Amino acid sequence: MDGTVRQIYRAIISMMNMPRFKEKLYKWIFTILAFASLFFLVGIVLVLIKEGLPIFQKVSFSEFIFGRYWYPTYNPAEFGILPLILASIWVTFGAVMVCLPLGVGSALYLNELAGPRQKAVLKPIIELLASIPSVVFGFFGMVVLTPFLQEIFHLPTGLTALNASIILGIMATPTVCSIAEDALNYVPNAFREASFAVGATRWQTLIKVVIPAAGSGISTAVILGMSRAVGETMTVLMVAGGAAVIPHTFLEPVRPMTAAIAAEMGEAPIGGGHYHALFAIALVLFVITFLFNIVAELISRRFRIKLGLSG
Amino acid sequence: MKKDFSQSLGFFGLFLCMAVTLLALGSIIYFITVRGFSVLSWDFLTKVPYSAMTKGGIAPVIVGTFYITFGSIIFALPLGLACAIYLCEYSPKSVVVNIIRISINNLAGVPSVVFGLFGLAVFVKFFGFGVSILSGSLTLGILALPMIISSAQEALLAVPQSIREASLSLGATKWETIKNIVLPTALPGILTGVILSIGRVAGETAPILFTAAAFYTRGYPKSIFSEVMALPYHIYALMTEGAHPDKQRAIAYGCSLVLLLLVLFISGLAIILRQRQRSSHG
Amino acid sequence: MDNKIKMQAKNVDFFYGKTQALKKVSLDVYSHKVTAMIGPSGCGKSTFIRLFNRMNELVPHTTLCGEIFLDDLEINNPLVDAVDIRRRVGMVFQKPNPFPKSIFENISYGLKVNGIKNKAFIEHKVEDSLKKAVIWDEVKNRLNDSALKLSGGQQQRLCIARCLAVETEVILFDEPCASLDPISTAKIEELILELKKEYSIVIVTHNMQQAARVSDCTGFFLLGELVEFGKTQDIFTAPKDKRTEAYITGRFG
Repeated sequence: MDGTVRQIYRAIISMMNMPRFKEKLYKWIFTILAFASLFFLVGIVLVLIKEGLPIFQKVSFSEFIFGRYWYPTYNPAEFGILPLILASIWVTFGAVMVCLPLGVGSALYLNELAGPRQKAVLKPIIELLASIPSVVFGFFGMVVLTPFLQEIFHLPTGLTALNASIILGIMATPTVCSIAEDALNYVPNAFREASFAVGATRWQTLIKVVIPAAGSGISTAVILGMSRAVGETMTVLMVAGGAAVIPHTFLEPVRPMTAAIAAEMGEAPIGGGHYHALFAIALVLFVITFLFNIVAELISRRFRIKLGLSG
Repeated sequence: MKKDFSQSLGFFGLFLCMAVTLLALGSIIYFITVRGFSVLSWDFLTKVPYSAMTKGGIAPVIVGTFYITFGSIIFALPLGLACAIYLCEYSPKSVVVNIIRISINNLAGVPSVVFGLFGLAVFVKFFGFGVSILSGSLTLGILALPMIISSAQEALLAVPQSIREASLSLGATKWETIKNIVLPTALPGILTGVILSIGRVAGETAPILFTAAAFYTRGYPKSIFSEVMALPYHIYALMTEGAHPDKQRAIAYGCSLVLLLLVLFISGLAIILRQRQRSSHG
Repeated sequence: MDNKIKMQAKNVDFFYGKTQALKKVSLDVYSHKVTAMIGPSGCGKSTFIRLFNRMNELVPHTTLCGEIFLDDLEINNPLVDAVDIRRRVGMVFQKPNPFPKSIFENISYGLKVNGIKNKAFIEHKVEDSLKKAVIWDEVKNRLNDSALKLSGGQQQRLCIARCLAVETEVILFDEPCASLDPISTAKIEELILELKKEYSIVIVTHNMQQAARVSDCTGFFLLGELVEFGKTQDIFTAPKDKRTEAYITGRFG
């Protein structure tokens, strides 16, 4: 009993300790503000759910995801987003075909071949190029790449999935390169030396030792690059062509999910079916990128454990 | 002999990757610079547009970009800094911290157009700010938050633990230590992160599509509740809207060049500053 | 000179996670005396000294059992604020750690956080502290220069001056000369002998000669235990414990 009374007494005294009250106040302020990111993330999810779910009163979930026709402004409207999902997948896949070899290849070049001087120049340049705004890429695609592609493939329009893939791929390359290079940096030099010691050439060491050791780090880079490509809006809006039909070849215009949202939100009457459908697309998009990020996080954690780096 | 051959071939392949990357990105800068340069003039930068956007300059567009960019930083900096301070100085290593860290990472991965929808639903509609500088700044601010947090964290972690101990051993409280010792020491690093974020925010388009941007406003924005013209959106609009595509294209080149130079200059500055700071920390 | 006990550790156990770093350590620090702690690296002497001003609280996942007194006050009592203890028990660290500020601001910092605003007093105190730390002549013409421009030895004396300015009662020295050259080391030792007139001093060192030169009492630590504690003269000339003797005569460590 005596002990409890003393504890209560102590608690009261420490609360009354005025000069330290300010300290506690600051700690609480920082703690609360630290939750801002979580707050916004949850806020985004809630908004997407609240504004997106009403569409499922009009169409079923499977009709929405697997429906082959996206005619949101027709009467009756059709809200099948399969063409949009496929367009996103095609364009992302195409972008990976570009940024995987270029980004990882450049990272390997930087890490294994470039001298310290060359590296000191090239690394910041790559980083600088990563900051070029997406709308500039889109603009370049429209004015330079589009007529070029139109001519060599004899197309009715140069605004195609291929165009979007190339531009997105180039755009994601610096990001992939930077992250992959960091992963390569973490590979301990002892691994390389051990390989040289048994008579392997530099190339063999690279293929058989360095790349496997940095493998999951490189995968993280590619996944983050993909995540960026799926979520990228302005470039695909400007160069993908915008036809909401299921694509058959890379030389057709397509309308990825992000482009659909960006292009149509301005005309969709607030609170209507089209409006809700666009939020539902954003929800799908959010889930996809969320999964990408989680996978990237898990892989990079395993990578750090594998190389004995602290998590 | 065979070994050497595959090695040379492989290394040449890697060199090619690097070369193609630099060439591709370089050609973008080259095209835009060459074609945009002829449009660039003092009038282009300082006059308002007229004749359905086909004549005059883009001054209000530049000013608009400036407003929403700084608006977003004013919002994101205190919040991001507070979060970084909590994570680096106060947080006990716990589940809570992990949750915060994971949400920062995921917020950084949210597609920019989704931020735009969030801004539309919350700031434009729910709070009734309308399509305005305020809505756009808040939306962009949320987008910039993860960037600001991670660069501020890096800066705070670079402050040696020994001077924190020195301050505490003199009888300073934790907050006094943070305010007087840790923050001033980390300030250059924090500023670099802010500059880097400015560079990125200035070029973002999708989040302001439905929250702030307009293709044409009369003159300069009047209050934080006005719509604005902003460089990145302007480029897009010039290419896809309006009645005179050919004349607009020339202006789009000019806008692209201005935006490109602006962003490359800001980011370049930040990268150089950071390189210096890292080397001085050893 | 009286033999008053200034600080006292009673049965102190200390853990980093589950690893025990200190085992049942009891030790007295006398007023106006220099108490040295010696022992091989990793013996727990630095951990121990950091308990006297509650610096180990900053290290996560640590546990402390036992009591530490400052005069009659048990310093780990939940009613006692660590900040108040640190205002009475100052510390000079292993590596000189001046703030990246001017020399003047380095010294005045402790006064400012202790609520002193009188400008004339602060200026007087800065000069006084720098004089006591025997660095005044070297820096008096450049008080507004960055403290980081000073040499290692000067920086360490600046850190001592910084500590003197807040008028603590006890000063803890955690291997203060570990990163200094012999001349700077000699200056710091001289200074410690001077300072014991006004302060109670605890010094951790792995340099036995240094302990012999500056201290009145010495404790020998080994693997987290206080093997022997007594007058410095006795420890170095007639150690009671075999392990102390082995260490003193240089058979290990």
